[in-house]
Amino acid sequence: MNLTLKIWRQKNNSDKGGFKEYKVSDISKDMSFLEMLDVLNEQLTEKGEDPVHFDHDCREGICGMCSLYINGNPHGPLQTTTCQLHMRSFNDGETITIEPWRAKAFPVMKDLVVDRSAFDRIIQAGGYVSVNTGGVPDANEIPIPKTIADLAMDAAQCIGCGACVAACKNASAMLFTSAKVSQLALLPQGQVERKRRAEKMVAQMDEEGFGACTNTGACEAQCPKGISITNIARMNREYFSAVVSNTELV
Amino acid sequence: MINPKIPDGPLDKKWEWYIAKARLINPANRRKYKAIVVGTGLAGSAISASLAELGFQCEVFTYHESPRRAHSVAAQGGINAAKGYKNDGDSVWRMFYDTLKGGDFRSREANVFRMAECSMALIDQAVAQGVPFAREYGGYLSNRSFGGVQVSRTFYARGQTGQQLLQGAYQALMRQVALKQVQLNTSHEMMDLILENGKAKGIIARNLETGELSIHHADTVILATGGYGKIYYLSTLAMNCNGSAIWRAHRKGAYFAAPSWTQFHPTSLPQLGNHQSKLTLMSESLRNDGRIWVPQKAHDTRAPHEIPEDERDYYLERKYPSYGNLAPRDISSRAAKEQIDAGKGVGPMKNAVYLDFQTSIQRDGKETIQKRYGNLFDMYEKITGVNAYTSPMLISPSAHFSMGGLWVDYELQSSIPGLFVLGEANFADHGANRLGANSLLQACVDGYFIAPHTIMNYLAGEQPKQQVPNDFGQEELKLTEERIGRLMKIQGNKTAEQFHRELGGILTNKCGLAREKSVMKEGLQAIKDLQQEFYKYLKIPGSTKQLNMELEKAARVEDYLELAQLIFHDALQREESCGAHFRVEHQTPGGEAKRDDLNFQFVSAWEYAEGNFKLHKEDLHFEFIQPQERTYA
Ligand SMILES: Cc1cc2nc3c(=O)[nH]c(=O)nc-3n(C[C@H](O)[C@H](O)[C@H](O)COP(=O)(O)OP(=O)(O)OC[C@H]3O[C@@H](n4cnc5c(N)ncnc54)[C@H](O)[C@@H]3O)c2cc1C
Ligand code: SF4
Ligand code: FES
Repeated sequence: MNLTLKIWRQKNNSDKGGFKEYKVSDISKDMSFLEMLDVLNEQLTEKGEDPVHFDHDCREGICGMCSLYINGNPHGPLQTTTCQLHMRSFNDGETITIEPWRAKAFPVMKDLVVDRSAFDRIIQAGGYVSVNTGGVPDANEIPIPKTIADLAMDAAQCIGCGACVAACKNASAMLFTSAKVSQLALLPQGQVERKRRAEKMVAQMDEEGFGACTNTGACEAQCPKGISITNIARMNREYFSAVVSNTELV
Repeated sequence: MINPKIPDGPLDKKWEWYIAKARLINPANRRKYKAIVVGTGLAGSAISASLAELGFQCEVFTYHESPRRAHSVAAQGGINAAKGYKNDGDSVWRMFYDTLKGGDFRSREANVFRMAECSMALIDQAVAQGVPFAREYGGYLSNRSFGGVQVSRTFYARGQTGQQLLQGAYQALMRQVALKQVQLNTSHEMMDLILENGKAKGIIARNLETGELSIHHADTVILATGGYGKIYYLSTLAMNCNGSAIWRAHRKGAYFAAPSWTQFHPTSLPQLGNHQSKLTLMSESLRNDGRIWVPQKAHDTRAPHEIPEDERDYYLERKYPSYGNLAPRDISSRAAKEQIDAGKGVGPMKNAVYLDFQTSIQRDGKETIQKRYGNLFDMYEKITGVNAYTSPMLISPSAHFSMGGLWVDYELQSSIPGLFVLGEANFADHGANRLGANSLLQACVDGYFIAPHTIMNYLAGEQPKQQVPNDFGQEELKLTEERIGRLMKIQGNKTAEQFHRELGGILTNKCGLAREKSVMKEGLQAIKDLQQEFYKYLKIPGSTKQLNMELEKAARVEDYLELAQLIFHDALQREESCGAHFRVEHQTPGGEAKRDDLNFQFVSAWEYAEGNFKLHKEDLHFEFIQPQERTYA
């Protein structure tokens, strides 16, 4: 297939940036979207032009690095990561627009690369169980009902890609934050710090400049890992009970 | 002869006695010591968090934008532990034996035993961190079986065991960042190691966003930089995985052990086209229910469902009846290559074999199979467009795991004092072939349970440095700057990626699943020629003072071109077959690997000597289990 690519180019964080058009030809349907960009980059590099910078690493949908806003959708037309998107989802002759995630809390570093360290700082604020290495009970000492373990696992699948933020008109990070809050609130190991965790993570989220949640569900619809917005409801419950009570939740 | 410093005492007491005798530093004094940790995968995050919890200062580096992106995240299948929850006869001793045998008796008994011994505490630790392992309806942990063993000792979290374990370790690390015990440097790549009086004392790092080079000083340096299987280009590793950190340490004097021992995973997706950048792994756990076969007739063009049962060759079940489709990886991969080479390969490029679920679907129902592997079947369909419930998957062997790495002693210390190497970056527990689900374990155990003790023992003998001399690291800084300048100046017409692709092709064809002297000699020459071309025709656009991914890639490929030569030297030197190292000249009449214990019962540890490599041998002594022919029939 032959394609026209309209790609956001931006030299660095302070550059204004803008779209630039490129043509690629002989693209096979079996190529992944990123392999198609590899072809473009190889052409650019050979010509001595700066290749289009984009984030990627595992290329199997699990590291959360890849992050392209394709034709108005984070990770493109399918509910998957960009690296798992194949050219068979596009048509010959099509023009494809490629932009970075757009959110105040995710500044653009170069071209399509954004800085998502705000997510790390949200985790840093309380997204853990405060346990040191050693001195813990046997793994089978506390049985956990399968249904609960499965729900925790559903929430734990988040890969921290940021598509939920990119999909949201308010650039809210509620889906990401609630996934971690839920995972740990569901498990017995996370009970002791339940209240503090929800409070601190939500506070950090606000401090990073993410917007408010207005329950449109756009995040869930675009999340490549199928994280459900029921996690947001759960986090809201956690947060409010934390705020109204002074005692640790049990 | 090199000394691995294995402690005295009976095998099951060595580690306990080591800990009992190890030197300690009193809690108030620990904060005076600083450790540099490079890498935030399971090994790196675990050691950073654990040292910080003990009160040491840590400065941590990763080239990733976040610690959570390390390639440990990609492990699907599971993690082994000798918990014996299944009442199926498992024990530390059995796990020790399976691992030693799986590694074809080319690893150290004491290390392997210790890994099995620490495996139980690791599962406890992960559960305490909130890792949501799979559970049974009664609420207890669930286990599955993996290749090369006859018990079920593998713990798993859907198809995302690595991600879940890494989340646990990452969260422990971030907690220490919040407590200011750890200083975290993301998007920073280690470019060189700094020695002072022969001891590892610091690194040169490059800020990938600004291009700035900086000097960092500490009392010890810990490398947990992962595997280098990406040297084969098409592999199951992430695009940015590389061998540069350990290669730079090797150039500074750290011995490199068994560089050529790379595991090819039997169940990755086959290459489908020339622009392909990586091969996706399908978890080995699929082999619990999938049956592997090829048509009996070569060049059979019929679709799989048109081939009747009696014209199919379930070659693993036929050749290894007691392990069947769960034969260890090296054996399964080689068996697949044999079939493909004999013209029985299937798929559009005739480079694959079938992994078929029909029998299990008929036995257990589609729903059960969907429950077990639903996400893997979905992933398969996303990538290939094929529904594996109705037609068999296509799978093919692919470069996957580096058993080789920097040589370390029992304390995980390299031949450079003060330089510790953890996780996949070292050569330690897996011998010539790693068993599935043992490497997440090794990375975790190294980081949480072993290195905290051995590093404290080392630091207790060191004076913490308060004043860093002005010229510390200046020489290395200058050399790194010059090196980058040299690469930038070439301005030829070929990208680093193109060189990498060629390099990978040469290695795969000449030093892959099967190795032959004359072919390897050609390969070595081809690498040398490619290296010359690299310095003539490399093209890096852009500048050094900004994000420049082409420059990052070029520096890694430059190191790979040197490492590849050592790989050939190593494979040529070892005139025997063992595990993943299959020398065509050394096989049994049945076509299995033929070890030569008389002449090769040692670990090859190579010293860098300006373009030449000097061999040191660590003899392996087997006190508790006598090496036997490794049979899975
Ligand atoms: C697809 C796949 C599936 C797997 N499945 C399983 C499984 O089911 N079970 C199992 O036991 N094992 C599995 N493995 C193997 C296992 O995942 C790895 O061996 C293990 O996770 C390695 O962990 P690590 O901490 O040593 O390294 P990694 O997790 O690779 O981490 C390396 C770290 O080092 C950093 N780094 C490297 N070089 C530099 C540098 N120069 N400067 C700064 N930072 C640097 C990186 O940024 C990264 O943070 C699998 C491997 C792959 C590829
Ligand atoms: S919730 Fe979904 S979209 Fe958001 S970061 Fe996690 S995986 Fe990505
Ligand atoms: S590159 Fe890892 S998720 Fe896409």
